[in-house]
Amino acid sequence: MTNRVSYTLDSTLDSVNHAESKAQEVAARAGFSEDDQYNIAMAVREAAVNAVLHGNARDPQKKFFVAYETTSDALVITITDQGKGLDPCVIPDPLAPENLMKGSGRGIFLIRAFMDEVRFRNVEPGTEITLIKHVGRKTANAKEETQ
Amino acid sequence: MTMKASTRQVNGVTVVDMSGRITLGEGSVILREAVKDLVAKGQKKILLNLGDVTYIDSSGIGELVSAFTSVRNQGGELKLLNLTKKVHDLLQITKLYTVFDIKDDERKAIEAFPK
Repeated sequence: MTNRVSYTLDSTLDSVNHAESKAQEVAARAGFSEDDQYNIAMAVREAAVNAVLHGNARDPQKKFFVAYETTSDALVITITDQGKGLDPCVIPDPLAPENLMKGSGRGIFLIRAFMDEVRFRNVEPGTEITLIKHVGRKTANAKEETQ
Repeated sequence: MTMKASTRQVNGVTVVDMSGRITLGEGSVILREAVKDLVAKGQKKILLNLGDVTYIDSSGIGELVSAFTSVRNQGGELKLLNLTKKVHDLLQITKLYTVFDIKDDERKAIEAFPK
């Protein structure tokens, strides 16, 4: 069975907080562990911050859209802004020595660290980022590692 | 929970007790202003006690890095105290764990500052 809920949000930090807390709530309802809930919520927060700051540039006329979809085997969260688009290939590596001490640039890195799959799509105008966390993936990986 | 920062002096070291969330917006600004004020007052031995910090996002991590750099550029030292597991893990995956001087005992942390 699939459950889907979506929100249209203003380009504000309050909306970022809303997207984050909703993510935690949906992840908890989907049965993810507390650690996974925390990580999923942080990934959503980082994606929402990117949508508000870098995508929509805090333009009050622009919205961003968050959809949470729970299936039998995954939580799929889609965040879409109305900005100029993003090329994920040109995002600097925050772990590179020349970037390590920079005061920003770690958001997408953390999203990738915390989710199982991350996809970007330009949607004219804007960027859509899809975050996927599989139910039980962590356990499966742990099992493989011990074999 | 909003971020709070209060300072106290221990043997020439300024301990900043922080609590709440260091995230984009208010939390990051409070940290930035607290460190900026201390540096402006010539207090260059700073110990950030993060024991009651429940959450840090990428903006908060960036703010910690900026604080570290700004204190060091003024000839001072900034150390971190009492990381929660979540904050510890974040600094590990961002490869910043070895950049910061991280302590888990306040007395030893204070003794580790140059006299």
